[in-house]
Amino acid sequence: MSFIPEEQIKKKLFKGVHDVPGEELYTSGHRTCQGCESALVMRQFVKAAGPRTVATGSTGCMYVANTSYMTTPWVVPWMHTQLGAGGSSAVGMAAGLRAMMRKGKITNEKINVISFCGDIGGGDMGLSGISGALQTDYDLLIILYDNESAANTDIQATGLTTWGAQTTFTPTGTKHRVMQKRWKKNVAAMLAVGHPTVKYVATACATFPPLDFMNKVTKALETGGPTFIHSLDPCPKGWDYHPRYSHEVGELAIKSGIFPLYEIANGVVTYNYDARKNRIPVKEYLLNQGRFAHFTNAETDFVQSMVDEMWEEWELPGILPVKSSLKVST
Amino acid sequence: MAKEAVLESVYEKEELLTGCQAVSHAVRLADVDVIAAYPIRPYTEVMDYISKLIADGKFDAEYIVADSEHSQFEIVKHAASVGARAFAGSSGTGWMYGFEAIVVTATDRLPVVAMVGNRALDDPGAFGVEHNDALSVRDLGWLLVWAATAQEALDTTLIAYRVAEDPKVAMPCAVALDGAFLTHSQHMVKVPTVQAAKRFLPPYNLGSRRLHPDNPISIAPQVNEDWLMEIRRQNFEATKRAKGIIYQAYKEFNEVFKTNYEQPFFEEYMTEDAEAVLLGLGTISMPAKSAVRRLREKGKKVGFVRLRWFRPFPTEELRSCLSRFKGIGVVDRDLSYGSPDLGGVVFNEVRSCLYPLEEHPRVVNFIAGLGGREISIDDAVMMYEQSLRATKEPSDARVTWVGVRE
Ligand SMILES: Cc1ncc(C[n+]2csc(CCOP(=O)(O)OP(=O)(O)O)c2C)c(N)n1
Ligand code: SF4
Ligand SMILES: [Mg+2]
Repeated sequence: MSFIPEEQIKKKLFKGVHDVPGEELYTSGHRTCQGCESALVMRQFVKAAGPRTVATGSTGCMYVANTSYMTTPWVVPWMHTQLGAGGSSAVGMAAGLRAMMRKGKITNEKINVISFCGDIGGGDMGLSGISGALQTDYDLLIILYDNESAANTDIQATGLTTWGAQTTFTPTGTKHRVMQKRWKKNVAAMLAVGHPTVKYVATACATFPPLDFMNKVTKALETGGPTFIHSLDPCPKGWDYHPRYSHEVGELAIKSGIFPLYEIANGVVTYNYDARKNRIPVKEYLLNQGRFAHFTNAETDFVQSMVDEMWEEWELPGILPVKSSLKVST
Repeated sequence: MAKEAVLESVYEKEELLTGCQAVSHAVRLADVDVIAAYPIRPYTEVMDYISKLIADGKFDAEYIVADSEHSQFEIVKHAASVGARAFAGSSGTGWMYGFEAIVVTATDRLPVVAMVGNRALDDPGAFGVEHNDALSVRDLGWLLVWAATAQEALDTTLIAYRVAEDPKVAMPCAVALDGAFLTHSQHMVKVPTVQAAKRFLPPYNLGSRRLHPDNPISIAPQVNEDWLMEIRRQNFEATKRAKGIIYQAYKEFNEVFKTNYEQPFFEEYMTEDAEAVLLGLGTISMPAKSAVRRLREKGKKVGFVRLRWFRPFPTEELRSCLSRFKGIGVVDRDLSYGSPDLGGVVFNEVRSCLYPLEEHPRVVNFIAGLGGREISIDDAVMMYEQSLRATKEPSDARVTWVGVRE
C-alpha cells in the first residue's frame, strides 16, 4: 500500500455533471421501484468506477429486484453473493486477481473490485466479514447501501433502521407505539475507528450534495487498499412516501443532521455537510414519511434530542460518541 | 548426455508425512492461487503446514486467515469465480458454520477443493472423528471422497482438482480425512515432482464463466420457478458425468505416476471367495483388514470393501461387487437420527443401492467409533462374526452399536 498524494486523486474527481461519462454501465433490465435511490447508488458507483470493474452484490433488493435471469442491468461483470458475504466476496475476487496477475496467469492491470451489500446484509450479518476485509491489504471497495430495512423481504427492521420507524416486524400498536427500539448503528464510524490501517471511509447520499457520492467512489478506488462507503438511500416503498420525493428525502436527512455526512481520508475527518451550524428540524425529515406517521411530539422530540446531542456533545459528531476527553488519572 | 536420455523421476522424494501434510503438498503441487484458513481441529494442520511452505518461499499463493468459516468459504468461492484455483478446509462445527457458502459453491458450479478433517459435531464437544460433517454435503452437488492413507490423501487431492475442474463437471470436491487417525498419523509418502504434477493436472480454466472485465457476465441472477428446474438439471447432469471423469482421471494418474488404482470408487481386500464383508469409509480399513487376516487364518471367508467416493455413488459397480457376498456389515461412523431401521447414512445408501437385485445379501449395520473412539481389531472381529451369523439367522439385529455403554 503506497500513499497516493491528494493532488493526484483530485485530478480524477468530477467537478461538474459534464465531467461524468455518458456511458451507462448499469442500465435497463432491473425492476426496482420508481424512485429507488439504491438503484441510483448502483448506477453512480459503476459510472465512477468505469468498465474495468468486477462487482459482487449481496442478497437483497439490489439482487432480487435488480438482476432477473436474462435481463441483467449490469454491463460490468457482476456476481451474486450471500447476504453476509459483502466483505469476503470482495476479498476472494481481489485475492484471485492478485495471485493470477503475480503468477502471470492473467494480464497485470488495475481492476476495481467492488462489493455492495444492504444494511441488514452488511451492517448486521456481514459485519465480521467486512471487518476481515478491512484488515487485508487488497484494493477493494465495499459499499453498504442503506435503505434502512430488509427491503427485499418486505421491509423489516434492521440494526440501521431509524429509531421508532414502522416496519413489518416493528408495527405500531395500542400498547407499544414504538417497537423499533434500537438506535441506528454507526457502521462507517465503527469500521473506521476499528481498522486504523484503512485509508478511506465515508458516508454518502446519492443525490446530495450532487456528485459527492461519485467522487467518494473515485477517492476510495484511487486511495486503494480496502475502503468502505455507507450510503443512505431513501426507499419509497419502505419509508412510505411518494417516489417523486426521493431526492428531497435524502437531502432532508443530511440537512437535519440525522445522517451525518463525512469522510475519513488518511485519518483526516471532513464533514461534507456541516450540520453543527445549519441544522433544520428533524421533524421536517421524519414527518414526510409514512413510517413515522404514528409519531407524537414525544417521539419526534426524542429523536431531535439524540441528533442534537450527537452534533453538540460528541467528541466527533457522527463518529465518536464520547462526550469528554479522556483524563489520565494521576 | 542428451536431455531426452535422462529418465525423469515422477517423484521428488519419499518422506514421513501426516495426512494433513500430504494434502498440503498436493495443494502446493497443484499451484493453488488462493487459500483461506480458519482454525479448527483436526484439519488445522493443513493450514499450519501450507502457511510455513509459503513463509519459506516454497509455495506462492494468496493466503488469507479469514474471520470465520463463512468468510473462508466465500473467499475461495469468489476466488474461483475470477478464475483462480482455490483451497479451503474445515472440520466438524466449522464446516457447518461455513455451510451457506459451501452450498452455493456447488450451485455456482465453482470447482473449489476442500479438505474435511472429519470431526464430531458439537454438542458436547469432541475432537475425534465422526463422518456427519462431510456427509452433510451429500445431497448438494459436492463430490465427496475419503482417503485412508497419507499417500492416498495426496493423490486424491490432485485427482480432486482434475475431476472438479473438468469442464464437463465443474463441481467442488471435498476430500475427507478421518480426524487424528489420518490427519495426524504419519506414513511414508512419495511426493511428486512439480513437473509430473503439472503433466497430470492441466491449468484451471473457467472459460466463458470467468468473472473478468474482458468477459462481462452476470452470475447467478434471480431465476425463480421459470428456470430453476433446468439449472438444477444441468448441475445434476454434471455430477452424473463426474463418474466417467473420475475413471479417466485415475487412468491418467496411473499413467503418469505408475500407480495402480484399479477401481477408483472402492478398494476390495481379500474378497475373492468371501461370504461376508465389512464395508466402511476411511481409516476403518486398518482394524478391518487386520481382522480379515486374523479370521482368514481360522478359515473364515471374510473380506473388506472400502468405499472411497461417496458422491458420485458407484451404484452399478458396488451393486455388482456386493451381490457376490451373502452377508454385508456396513460400518457407519455417523448417525442418521430416525432413519429407516435407525441405521447409519452409509448403511441406508448401500441397502438402497442393492434393492434392485433379485436376491439380496443380508445387510447389517454397525454404528461404531463415534467421537473418535477407537475401533479395535477385536471390535472388527465381532462385527465380522455377527455379519457371518446374519447370513444364517435373518432374525439377528439389523443395527448394532459397537462397544457402547448402556
Ligand atoms: C442467510 C440468509 N438469511 C436470510 C435471507 C433472506 N433475505 C433475503 S434478502 C434479505 C434482506 C436484505 O436486506 P438488506 O441487506 O438491507 O438489503 P435490501 O433488501 O434492503 O436491499 C433477507 C433477510 C437470505 N437471503 N439469506
Ligand atoms: S423496496 Fe426500496 S430498495 Fe427495494 S427496490 Fe423498492 S425502492 Fe428500492
Ligand atoms: Mg436494506
